[in-house]
Amino acid sequence: MSAKGSSAKIDGLDKITGRALFTDDMSRPGMLHGAFLRSPHAHARIVSIDTTPALSMEGVHAVLVGEDLPVNYGVIPVAMDEHALAVGKVRFVGEEVACVAAVDRATAVRAARSIVVEYEVLEAVLSIEDAMNPDKPILHEGRRKASNVLRRVRQRYGDADAGFEAADVILEAEYDYPGSTHVALETQVALAEVTADGLLSLYSSTQIPHYLHRILGRVLQRRMQDIRVIKPHVGAGYGGKSDPFANEICAAALAIQTGRPIKIILDREEVFYAHRGRHRTKMWLKMGITKDGKITAADFKAWAEGGAYASYGVVTAYYFGVFLPLPYVLDNWRFESHRCYTNHPPCGPKRGHGAIQPRFALEQHLDRLALAIGMSPAKLRSINSVQPETETSNGLRITSVALNECIEAVVKASGFEEKMGKLPPNRGIGIAASAYMCGALHAIYASELPQSAVQICADRSGRIAIFSGTADIGQGSNHMLAQIVADTVGIESRDCRVLEADTDFTPVDLGSYSSRVTFFAGNAAVRAAEKLKAAIEQTLCKRWEVDAVRFEGGQIHGGMNAEGEPIVASFAQAVEWAEQEHGTLGFTGYYTPPKIGSRFRRQSVGPSPAYSFTAQVAEVEVDPETGIVKVLDVWCAHDCGKALNPIIVEGQLEGCVYMGVGEAILEDHNFTGPMSRRGPLHKSASILEYKIPTLHETPNIHSILVESMDKEGPRGAKEAGEGPQLPTVPAIANAIFDAVGVRMETAPFTPDLVLTAIERKARRDAKEAR
Amino acid sequence: MPEPIILRCRVNGTSKTELITPNRSLLDLLREDMGYTGSKHGCDVGDCGACTVRLNGAPVLACITLAASAEGKSIQTIEGVAQREPSIVQQCFHEHVAAQCGYCTPGIVLVLEALFEEQPDPGEEEIRRILGSNICRCTGYTKILSAAIDARERRNGRPAKPPEPTFARDL
Repeated sequence: MSAKGSSAKIDGLDKITGRALFTDDMSRPGMLHGAFLRSPHAHARIVSIDTTPALSMEGVHAVLVGEDLPVNYGVIPVAMDEHALAVGKVRFVGEEVACVAAVDRATAVRAARSIVVEYEVLEAVLSIEDAMNPDKPILHEGRRKASNVLRRVRQRYGDADAGFEAADVILEAEYDYPGSTHVALETQVALAEVTADGLLSLYSSTQIPHYLHRILGRVLQRRMQDIRVIKPHVGAGYGGKSDPFANEICAAALAIQTGRPIKIILDREEVFYAHRGRHRTKMWLKMGITKDGKITAADFKAWAEGGAYASYGVVTAYYFGVFLPLPYVLDNWRFESHRCYTNHPPCGPKRGHGAIQPRFALEQHLDRLALAIGMSPAKLRSINSVQPETETSNGLRITSVALNECIEAVVKASGFEEKMGKLPPNRGIGIAASAYMCGALHAIYASELPQSAVQICADRSGRIAIFSGTADIGQGSNHMLAQIVADTVGIESRDCRVLEADTDFTPVDLGSYSSRVTFFAGNAAVRAAEKLKAAIEQTLCKRWEVDAVRFEGGQIHGGMNAEGEPIVASFAQAVEWAEQEHGTLGFTGYYTPPKIGSRFRRQSVGPSPAYSFTAQVAEVEVDPETGIVKVLDVWCAHDCGKALNPIIVEGQLEGCVYMGVGEAILEDHNFTGPMSRRGPLHKSASILEYKIPTLHETPNIHSILVESMDKEGPRGAKEAGEGPQLPTVPAIANAIFDAVGVRMETAPFTPDLVLTAIERKARRDAKEAR
Repeated sequence: MPEPIILRCRVNGTSKTELITPNRSLLDLLREDMGYTGSKHGCDVGDCGACTVRLNGAPVLACITLAASAEGKSIQTIEGVAQREPSIVQQCFHEHVAAQCGYCTPGIVLVLEALFEEQPDPGEEEIRRILGSNICRCTGYTKILSAAIDARERRNGRPAKPPEPTFARDL
């Protein structure tokens, strides 16, 4: 334990000394390597594939094409539109067409390139406008309705028209949010082997071992008990490893076919095409407000460009609406969202999935409305905050809320009220706020099964073994489990060993997405640990003839005996006595979210057992000559319920702000247009060209932890890994307005966009002056 | 296929002789041929710094360095930094939780080890300048920077600067 309850991670030193094994660090004797042949066309029918040139090369063991893996799949059961290798058609440049297994990677790459594919090129659908145009070609034939709209969602709550009637000020604007991608430093990599007993083992850099397990069973037509999915250390995900990927399925299939272990790693450029990142989204927002600052109504429309496959796109379409009003009270509103198919790499979930885009629009809108009624933007947000123990107009059950404490904290720490409008020329300050979910009430595969489970075993050695299906991808979930169990029985976290994400040995957890792990697996761990504690307690109370014992500092204390001496035993000794009495000590705990009734039966996507809240203030400097925006400082206050390990929570806040700064000023996952000679290629498919922030573009980040002690969270905790990214981009946009008086309705705020906006404003100002 | 060549070098203090192709990268030599998997593939084109090792003390990007250029030289990988105990830099990274996923960490630790050997007491601006060479996508560099500053203090015999989380109630 160091400052204020923080402790270093149980796996920290393994990572810092290079001992931690990631999937690519593993190899097997006789291991083959795989490589893909990818489509050069955005949209084309596959007429024929000739694999013989590859198969005749020395060192090539097998080649797979789409017809070898005919079963469709997808992470969301209602939208299974994918195949590991294209079947019949290709739908984006970079789509996997064939996969080669060879003695080494170079041979596999060479062999893949030798495969001859004849294509019949089709017209490509490359924009939201194209996707909404019924005269354009359809990407996915055979759907119920011939359309490139994967999902349209329309919802209305209260009476928006009456709400606008009641408004003193009504404002309409359009916003355009860019696509962006995760750029986890470890690329996707999978290693598959089949042992003599017929067990297929797949080691993979995945955030979703359980869904991967299911999908492998489905696609390979193999019993799930004959498949084992193991997630070694993962070089981060941020949502980018939440889908089953072609390299995982092909590695498994090729290991079965060749009888040899095989590894398939994506190179960096391939990861840019595998994508599954943020949807490029066009939005239109109309909001009304009274002159004393009460939001009366909103009307919102969003069109998301989703790329070639569904991934989590159905969920995205719902999240746009669910997370539009939160963290504010909004009784009268409606929204309509479209998630479209286009011939670009598929989008999916990226940190703050589905909530980043509506926040970009609404938080800038609030600033404009605050200006219109002459109210502080901080105060406007405070007075509209949702309240604890209430239900929102769209049926979300709200429990703990500390949004106003977050706003007060960032306002105070940054000096927001003293600085806004009063900073030197070209310096500006802006504020924004948000809320996010702590996991989904309703599982992707609808059921009432536990969504997370933990098993623990204690024995006379004094260590506790923890088994959990969770996927630590760097966020620290292994340490979270160890710390919860250790704290419950008063031992050090390092005396707990965590075996996670091995489907043969760990109970099911649904995966690291939707900010669910601390809330769901943490609660499961609390329950298992409390059972262990109760068993030990019972043994010691009986043995010592006392009413209660205390677990602290690796010891169990039973007060004083008749001679005035302390009654005490080491944890290991106590476990030994408990083992004698109860037999082997093994306990399970699980978490199933509460059944929360909603007035809205259709509202199955979005509700969560709890919500986190965030407020941020950003201070920027804009160079009016070049348009370069320098983000100087970001203050981030986050209501995480209870900071189980403050330093790890802070790390999540800092990572979120950092990722938001990248999306605000640099990152644009974009493609060359339809006129480009070589089809729609990624404009910046390398780390250098894509431009993610180095330390030099990263502001000073000031994290402030706010604790609301959620009554259902594990020891009071809520999420911290995604919500804190939501306010960053609009806070920076609002700061740019304060600095130079221009509204950035399109992100990222690149020098050319900012300069254009500044020049346009200068012309407008000059015209008005005349 | 070009003729293999014999490479003689030292890795983490041990003499090595390897038969390599002339186009073998230093990263593949270390990871595939010698088993030093602490150095990582992040981009393979010298953009990210995850492959950083030290060649005669200086940090190099192993993914774009030819193994053959290590002839007669001394290589340090992350596996060679901790001697029985973690180095001060490593201990500070641990205490500040400066490694989240940990994929970039070995490279950054080696960059800092090289910096502190060359300049025992660099200013914060110099530390910031040097750290611009490596990408970390998890931490926002905040804990990396605070760990590096703490390491500088401890290496110079000054009191440690442990991390101090801020709670709203303390403001």
